[in-house]
Amino acid sequence: MHEKWFAIASFIVIIIGAWYLFALLMNGNQLVNNYERRNMDWTISSVVAEAYQVKRPMLPAPHQVIDELYNTVFDTRITSKRSLVFHTLITLQSTLLGFLLGTALGILIAVGIVHNRTLEASLMPWVIASQTIPILAIAPMIVVVLGAVGLTGLVPKSIISMYLSFFPVTIGMVKGLRSADSLHMELLHTYSANAHQLFWKLRWFSAQPYLFASLKVGIAAALVGAIVGELPTGAQGGLGARLLSGSYYGQTTQIWSALFMAALLGSVLVWLVSLAEKVLLRRRGLAHE
Amino acid sequence: MLAVESSITESTEADPGTARRTMIGVKGLSLVFETNDGPVNALSDINLDIQEGEFVSLIGPSGCGKTTLLRVIADLEQQTDGSITVNGTTPEDARLNRLYGYVFQASALLPWRTIQQNCALPMEISGQSTEHQNKQIDKYLSMVGLNDFHKKYPWQLSGGMQQRASIARALCIEPDLLLMDEPFGALDEITRDHMNVELLKIWEQTQKTVVFVTHSIAEAVMLSTKIVVMSPRPGRVVSVIDSPLPKMKHLGLRDTEAFHALSAQIRAALAHEHAID
Repeated sequence: MHEKWFAIASFIVIIIGAWYLFALLMNGNQLVNNYERRNMDWTISSVVAEAYQVKRPMLPAPHQVIDELYNTVFDTRITSKRSLVFHTLITLQSTLLGFLLGTALGILIAVGIVHNRTLEASLMPWVIASQTIPILAIAPMIVVVLGAVGLTGLVPKSIISMYLSFFPVTIGMVKGLRSADSLHMELLHTYSANAHQLFWKLRWFSAQPYLFASLKVGIAAALVGAIVGELPTGAQGGLGARLLSGSYYGQTTQIWSALFMAALLGSVLVWLVSLAEKVLLRRRGLAHE
Repeated sequence: MLAVESSITESTEADPGTARRTMIGVKGLSLVFETNDGPVNALSDINLDIQEGEFVSLIGPSGCGKTTLLRVIADLEQQTDGSITVNGTTPEDARLNRLYGYVFQASALLPWRTIQQNCALPMEISGQSTEHQNKQIDKYLSMVGLNDFHKKYPWQLSGGMQQRASIARALCIEPDLLLMDEPFGALDEITRDHMNVELLKIWEQTQKTVVFVTHSIAEAVMLSTKIVVMSPRPGRVVSVIDSPLPKMKHLGLRDTEAFHALSAQIRAALAHEHAID
């Protein structure tokens, strides 16, 4: 147990150390160029001291990002547009809606594919093709098309979220629905069960471990979709908007803190799905096979 | 219920003289599996009559087709030649009428259902009321000695208990015919002996027809009123032996002369046809 924590702690220390080193190199280089352009004298120690204090650094140091995170999360009213919580909640909203839609769509397509050979042949290529198109290319089109029919704001972002999150659910559920034990299939055959009963009494439950594995990938993809969706919409809020405005005004610290918030949000969402999985599967005895 | 009186035979044991209906009639039945290595004669020209109320064991070495024959009766496989009737109808109709209960080699309990819910499964599918389901479950779980295990999950039970639960599940629909495919094959000998005695008790109480697949001579002698000896390549029936032993047997019977004589007779039948290479 101690060894495990030691390994984790060492890893974090190494990452932070490397980060400080790179911040010094990148920002220092910028500073030195500046000095020389202005024909000013400089020493190593003055560069080191300044490299971690730059207002608009190439790469902000960890403490600068933490500072920014603290200020925008705890020291700002949630209703303010400067609050990171405000933006996180906006992104969370479209992530969750997109995730729900994506899960529903993914399951629906998988059920169709499993029950109908023709559907598999006609649908599967499109499902796969849909994921080979870069989301950055298709996202603006979704926004424009939906905007033309009067849908703006939450809906287009959620649709982009759904577009990314249905895929892992479809792939996982096709596999899951087909994973029913052949012995159990025969057992239900001896009971003369119909297709409907076969699905709800056997296939659906056999698919659950696969479903949860897919949901974990799906919810992370939904978050990426929501953030990407906020870029072309020129959205006033959301982590994506925060990233965009950060890059417009050279606010690297703002970009990094938004990235950290996105990573944190993603981890929490995946963790919540894992938690639901544990509770549900354990209660149903599926974790003990 | 169809009353097919086509092949009334005299029963040789326990209650002589009672006329019985044919439960399973097999005539000239063959089954050829097409495999990548060419056709395999799983069953070849099988002729067999099983009367209502009999306990019939199918015995033979691996590959003799005993399980395949059971699966044909259950409509899990279809013959390629010959004919078979189950309770006077085709196996498919018998299945659709929910005539039989099938007990697999493995317990085949659904891991996400409790023992009670597992037993309820066949009754849910046939649309029985919850009240009736619960009554049946209580009755048969206590019959197999699993009184306090309603709320347990399969993984919380030992292998023997799981198999008993699967037998209770088959009994809950009170089928006229019980098809059992080496149900105790995976159990240790002590548990198996115990299960044999339990099964005989249940059989006596319920008066079902039982077709029982085994590769244990002792088990076949212990349980059966009729023993069907089979041989592989091609799978065929080499001998049908009516047991002279009483219907209800107890473990002490295994040390008697009659028990040994019957075992020897089966062993001879197996050896004679080079059933065991």
